[in-house]
Amino acid sequence: MDLTVGPNFFFWEAETIRSFYRDLAATPVARVALGELVCSKRLPFWRDEIPAAIEVLQAAGKEVALTTLALLTLRRERKITADLMDLDLPVEVNDLSALVQIPEGRHFWVGPLVNVYNEGTLRWLIRRGARRICLPPELTLDSVAVLAGAGRDEGVPVEVWGHGRLPLAISARCYHARLHDRAKDSCQFVCGKDPDGRDVDTMDGQQFLTVNGVQTLSQSTASMALKIDDLHSAGVAALRLSPQSRNFDDICIAYASRLARETSGAALAARLRPLVPGGNLSDGFLSGPAGAAWSGERMGKPN
Amino acid sequence: MMELVCPAGTPAALRAAVEAGAHAVYCGFADETNARNFPGLNFTPEDMAEAVAFAHARGAKVLVAINTFPRAGAEPLWHRALANAEAAGADAVILADIGLLAHAAERHPLLRRHLSVQAAAANPDAINLYANAFGVRRVVLPRVLTVQEIAAINREIDVETEVFVFGGLCVMAEGRCSLSSYATGKSPNMNGVCSPASHVAYSEEGGELAARLGGFTIHRTPEGEPAPYPTLCKGCFSSDGQTGHIFEDPVSLDATQLIPELARAGASALKIEGRQRSRAYVAQVVRTFRAAVEAQAAGQPMPENMLARLTEGQKATIGAYAKTWR
Repeated sequence: MDLTVGPNFFFWEAETIRSFYRDLAATPVARVALGELVCSKRLPFWRDEIPAAIEVLQAAGKEVALTTLALLTLRRERKITADLMDLDLPVEVNDLSALVQIPEGRHFWVGPLVNVYNEGTLRWLIRRGARRICLPPELTLDSVAVLAGAGRDEGVPVEVWGHGRLPLAISARCYHARLHDRAKDSCQFVCGKDPDGRDVDTMDGQQFLTVNGVQTLSQSTASMALKIDDLHSAGVAALRLSPQSRNFDDICIAYASRLARETSGAALAARLRPLVPGGNLSDGFLSGPAGAAWSGERMGKPN
Repeated sequence: MMELVCPAGTPAALRAAVEAGAHAVYCGFADETNARNFPGLNFTPEDMAEAVAFAHARGAKVLVAINTFPRAGAEPLWHRALANAEAAGADAVILADIGLLAHAAERHPLLRRHLSVQAAAANPDAINLYANAFGVRRVVLPRVLTVQEIAAINREIDVETEVFVFGGLCVMAEGRCSLSSYATGKSPNMNGVCSPASHVAYSEEGGELAARLGGFTIHRTPEGEPAPYPTLCKGCFSSDGQTGHIFEDPVSLDATQLIPELARAGASALKIEGRQRSRAYVAQVVRTFRAAVEAQAAGQPMPENMLARLTEGQKATIGAYAKTWR
């Protein structure tokens, strides 16, 4: 098993992005998917950082792919997708409609926002050119094992969500703008104030969700720290780590040391907890009873 | 005239919808293959065959929703549902999953295929992909589009579009939401349920009724006030000192007044949500909407506030059809 870093979900300053990828290049991850996933309005603010990030990552020996947006509705968003094809890199499809713009025979990756729930879908995507598939986070371990096996039979690596706030939903509505009583078209980029998203708690103060523009995330950070042996036995090829604003290179190093069996799952979880926003871990999609659950010892405030 | 596509959770509701003037009725089998997999609802294969015979005898169509995502290792259950729909004489199946669409196109080529809203095909590229790859003939559009966008989509595609006009309103792109399984372990995509009643608990606390879903408090209602069902995305939450319905108010969709615009935008069919609703509700809504599509076809104005009493929490919205909703 190795490590893939997914696209950053959040709206960060260009300089922050530049140093993020520079630091990431020095970590032991195998590959990186990058690009704007959540909101096309943000792209002009950091588009110029993309070539530099590709260069620094490739120079460090990382494989690089470019992600599509998660929800394509506007004409200019289709143009953004078309532009991704101009670079000689694999595209990571996170909205199926991007497939129309990928010529037959060109290989691509499938990201976690594409609904790959069964072998029929997995095989159809592989026939169409998929050469790496990250499964949706909500799958159970049983499903993961079936799909990783099917991928292996076809020679296509299957990866699973390894670390990060879970991408639970995408909408046409911008919740950041709504919280500021603004319409999406006049949002004034308020999502930029929250580098790991804006937390949404229940009326009883339970940590629950996090909004990031049009995206809704879990407030807990999903971590497969305690599941790595299970995922290895299931035939999973890679863990996907999703960027957070602080401590991310430490997190990559921590997972790499677990994959190298230098540390235990419990030790990894203990190391991660103070490093993640909100300090709360979850892994319940894999083995239940619900996505928010954590299979290890629950620390701090009960959820 | 625009086709009126109406929900039926039971054979009795299907008969009521047909008798009230539905052009087509959609329904599903009583298992996890359909996205309204609620206890006490839905059809056995025998029910389905009888329902199709009943509808066909009265000039109405039956569309069978097989619109969850087949579970890995369990695809035969979904494949059987397709075969059962065809054997029952269904006019079309409503599908969301790529693997299932591919299977249907290959094994049941004569069975008409509609794309479920759960596939969230929100642009012409996606729709053309499903049309070209799987022979999809109609697409149920996700509730994230404005009327103008629907018109633009229809100019670039050759298949029919069906749009929601009434009933429950998803705030998130359908088929791409795991909020319910995050809180409860059960999701629309995998289990055909959202915010399931099995995971709801109410408790009276200090003069308030707290409604929890999977242990998470979705809202608190003062004693004596009507408490809405704790659907996750319609809950009341707090963020950085602000409290409110952060995702959506407890409203439901009523786009009656937009029917003429939707017709001009090229929509072929109007869909009413609510397979979990009673026969009486279905009959009343169908009768009202049949009158509305007749009025539209005759160029007459839409009746106003015709269904206000039936909307969830007594409040209605036109949702994403207006750009300001975003």
